[in-house]
Amino acid sequence: MENLIEVQSLRKRFGSVLAVDNVSFTVKRGEVLGFLGPNGAGKSTTMKVITGYLPPSEGTAIVCGHDIRTSPVAAKRTMGYLPEGSPLYGDMTPEGFLRFVASVRGVNGQKRKERIDQLIEQIGLGEVLHRRIETLSKGYRRRVGLAQAILHDPDVLVLDEPTDGLDPNQKHDVRELIRAMGGTKAIIISTHILEEVDAVCDRAIIIDHGRIVSDGTPAELHAKASEHNAVFIIMADGDAVRAVERLKAVSDLAKVDRRKGANGSSEVVAVPKQGAFVADKVAAVLRESNIHVSEIRSEPGKLDTVFREITTNDRQSAARQ
Amino acid sequence: MRNILIIARRELAAYFSTPLAYVFLVAFLVSAGAIPFFMGRFLERGQADLQPFFAFHPWLFLVLIPAVGMRLWAEERRTGTIELLMTLPVTTWEAVLGKFLAAWIFTGLALALTFPMWLTVNYLGDPDNGVILASYLGSFLMAGAFLALASCISAVTKSQVIAFVLAVGAGMILMVSGLDFVLGLFRGWAPQIVIDLVASFSFITHFGTIAAGVLELRAIVFFLSLILLFLAINGQVVELKKAG
Repeated sequence: MENLIEVQSLRKRFGSVLAVDNVSFTVKRGEVLGFLGPNGAGKSTTMKVITGYLPPSEGTAIVCGHDIRTSPVAAKRTMGYLPEGSPLYGDMTPEGFLRFVASVRGVNGQKRKERIDQLIEQIGLGEVLHRRIETLSKGYRRRVGLAQAILHDPDVLVLDEPTDGLDPNQKHDVRELIRAMGGTKAIIISTHILEEVDAVCDRAIIIDHGRIVSDGTPAELHAKASEHNAVFIIMADGDAVRAVERLKAVSDLAKVDRRKGANGSSEVVAVPKQGAFVADKVAAVLRESNIHVSEIRSEPGKLDTVFREITTNDRQSAARQ
Repeated sequence: MRNILIIARRELAAYFSTPLAYVFLVAFLVSAGAIPFFMGRFLERGQADLQPFFAFHPWLFLVLIPAVGMRLWAEERRTGTIELLMTLPVTTWEAVLGKFLAAWIFTGLALALTFPMWLTVNYLGDPDNGVILASYLGSFLMAGAFLALASCISAVTKSQVIAFVLAVGAGMILMVSGLDFVLGLFRGWAPQIVIDLVASFSFITHFGTIAAGVLELRAIVFFLSLILLFLAINGQVVELKKAG
């Protein structure tokens, strides 16, 4: 598959601050890349460089074959961009604004009318079409921003926190939209919501202090969790001590923990070595010991945990340096 | 070129989507109409021309043009729409020119709406309409120079108020540099060439000839090159300030 976005050894300095430090990655057609990282990690800055808003200090980004430094206008033509916070001209109506963007994007005449009608339908802007944008709710503003980004049906989409500030239904709609477009475009989305990575992304990059600290599929990211494929068992307090003892004898387990639960119950956590699937074995051991359990489940590992581990480890090592 | 016009059209519409346009037009027309009568002895002079009307234009523009130019870039930076605009497939130049053009057209409209003054003198007497036309053109050019300055300064800040105040201050400097008391500060110690240089930057010196009815090529070139200079700086400032 073709690489639509190639970021090459990108560095971006603001005065003495190095906001993006030697970042390289590619995004292929048909791929949705999730961009994760703590606030101030350099996500938005990287996106601003890719979209041609900020010039890179070193390195470059090549979008659909156009180098953003040497042919910015050609590169911008192939891209749709939703900036952080979805800034819009408050004095315009969504209709007027979309017409303006269409004209600049070279979508004119009958085609412009058809495309805008189609977007109004697809994104649900019918009700607010003739209201001033500054009077719209956050959800509608975000939708107008999205409509503007996909208006010219670009090959590359860069969306900075597209679901930020939306209610759960709106979030769902936007994710559906992104997923639907994901097959034919190269899409980068930045997000703080880790469930979104599972929901829409084919790949996730975690960036911290301007550097890429992790790059892989959501499944690979889950595998990095220290509790990857851990088995969680809920049982009465009285049985918990015995259960921990028995489970510690199982050779496939790296660690067995007991946590206090609600209503006189305990949660026993059995963490496997190298993420092996051990639910069967754990269940068998408990059955043999005649320990009654009220719940047993296996979890792939929370992305939150991975995210925290990756980004805080890095911070500690940076502090040591 | 197409992009310049698209941007200009959006900007022009933006003026009229807020009360600013109407407030400005009323303020401009009232002051432009009233000042010649009260301060310029428009009627008492007993001459059918618009000389007192045009003579006050530099002072009028000094205060009112920054009000037209202040929002051009400051507003884009405050609301963050500059990121939207500059990631559309347009060049910085097209954006700068488009915005300037919209503001200039708007100012031209304000100027054109002073036509009752022209009708008045034509009703009362037999003025030299060629001179009046030349003066209008000169006034329009000078307004353009004030505007380019205001637009340039507007790109420096996110606050329209600061943009306004700075533009009035900078305009003041450009204007008074030809007045006698300012030149007096240089006389006595600076060589004549410096004094001439300072004087040559003055809007008043150049507009003086225009208001008198002589549309000199020198004045045209002066205002046009000032417009280009300020717009060039404007583009650079926009580029530099994007990071902030």
